[in-house]
Amino acid sequence: MKKWYEKSGAEGDVIVSTRIRLARNRKEYPFPAKLNPEQRQKVEHAVQEAVMDCLSTMPQKFHFIEMADLSQMEAVSLVERHLVSPEFISDRRGRGLILTEDESISIMINEEDHLRIQVMQEGLDLQKAYDLADRLDSLLNGKLNFAFDERLGYLTQCPTNLGTGMRASLMLHLPALQESGTMNRYAANLSKLGIAIRGIYGEGSKPTGAFYQLSNQVTLGLSEREAIANLKSIAMQLVGQERAAREAMVKNIETQDVISRSIGILQNAKLLSNEEFMKLISNIRLGISAGLIANISYDVVNSLIVEVQPATIMLPGGEKLTPAQRDVLRAKITSERLATQ
Amino acid sequence: MLCQNCGKNTATTHVKTIINGELKEYSLCADCAQKMGYGSLFSGLGWNIGNLLGGFFGDTPAASLNTVRCPGCGSSFEDIAQSGKVGCAECYHTFYDKLLPSIQRIHGNTKHCGKQPSGAALQVKPAEQLQVKPETELERKRRLLKEAIEVQNFEEAAKLRDEIREMEGGKQ
Ligand SMILES: [Zn+2]
Ligand SMILES: [Zn+2]
Repeated sequence: MKKWYEKSGAEGDVIVSTRIRLARNRKEYPFPAKLNPEQRQKVEHAVQEAVMDCLSTMPQKFHFIEMADLSQMEAVSLVERHLVSPEFISDRRGRGLILTEDESISIMINEEDHLRIQVMQEGLDLQKAYDLADRLDSLLNGKLNFAFDERLGYLTQCPTNLGTGMRASLMLHLPALQESGTMNRYAANLSKLGIAIRGIYGEGSKPTGAFYQLSNQVTLGLSEREAIANLKSIAMQLVGQERAAREAMVKNIETQDVISRSIGILQNAKLLSNEEFMKLISNIRLGISAGLIANISYDVVNSLIVEVQPATIMLPGGEKLTPAQRDVLRAKITSERLATQ
Repeated sequence: MLCQNCGKNTATTHVKTIINGELKEYSLCADCAQKMGYGSLFSGLGWNIGNLLGGFFGDTPAASLNTVRCPGCGSSFEDIAQSGKVGCAECYHTFYDKLLPSIQRIHGNTKHCGKQPSGAALQVKPAEQLQVKPETELERKRRLLKEAIEVQNFEEAAKLRDEIREMEGGKQ
């Protein structure tokens, strides 16, 4: 069995991805909740124009998406790809999204704030994600002149984001800690440290697939650097505990059996519901990290998880499918992606 | 409405989420919300969370005859307390004293020490940050005046200009 420290990539066995999000507002307009749909549209276009103008000097190519023009399927897929919040698509009028080709940079216009600048990275890479978000912010501030107060920092619609306006998040895969039933206790302890953890997929307190989002809650009185350092240190403690719990867990023949059966089902099933898929793919990730599955990489697993989400799976065909049709398609794609020579 | 997770307590937090490709809103009690990582900070500090901040600004007096309204967006403090949403940037100046206790409870702090719009935060040394002097009342009014003129809120500008004159006059 391979040792944990023999893995490549930035903690990719536990940390799936990194996200930095900055909340920014223009002084000139009331915050989004105070705008009627008509005004919201006006603000949207003014912000869009200024942002696109600023970004023309960046090496990346940005394009603008009018949210109201999208089908519901396309809008939901944006949430499944972690580009926008569920709140953002609940009322799409007067809302816009600016996106790079690789979808690592996105800017939501008129979500809870006029701008939400977001940078995503694979694995643990808070510094790189922050540096990029910071550069974008400085560039945009030159033209948009964000609402700022010496004492309260960046001014936001909800006081929970005052100060840096920065939400740093890590997507963690914690199957062993979830299995041990300790997640609720972690959540309670972390909240005292100004850190929140919550399930990403599914509802209820036992999220499907054991994927969690860890993020900082305090934004005022801490610098970006301190908030990132705190989050990283807590994440690395969780990573250490998850790895120790996994090591014990995968020695068990029953766990090994579950992992082997999971790969068998995913490679051969003809029908796969989203819930079953998430449960099994979680076992595959666990199996890879334990060295029990050698010829499937994390990249393949990570991208497959997004590809077969209920709305995203329908995008290439462009047609609405019934849940049963989706289950057939999900099984087909999964067996193709996980086929081992 | 009862919490959709435990089915026992009254739901106070409403969370939008995507379940199986569908946009859903589900309602949680403070307990379950905390367990599930929504608004945990608030319950951690011993408050109840309803619609984020709604009702969290302490006792809000019934609308009095001369309700103070934000010159930027027309919000009263009651509007903000009820919705949990601040109306505009100017609201923070208008209702600074009333908002401060809540801000303190949320963050445990009331002084920003991160990025300044002119530069990158990670390059600011702590020593330099400490030298930022708190803004005096006169400086604050001067800044508000500049901002009021920028957004062509001349009524507010005139009021501020008079106040600044009075303050400057008082010193001489
Ligand atoms: Zn409950
Ligand atoms: Zn206002």
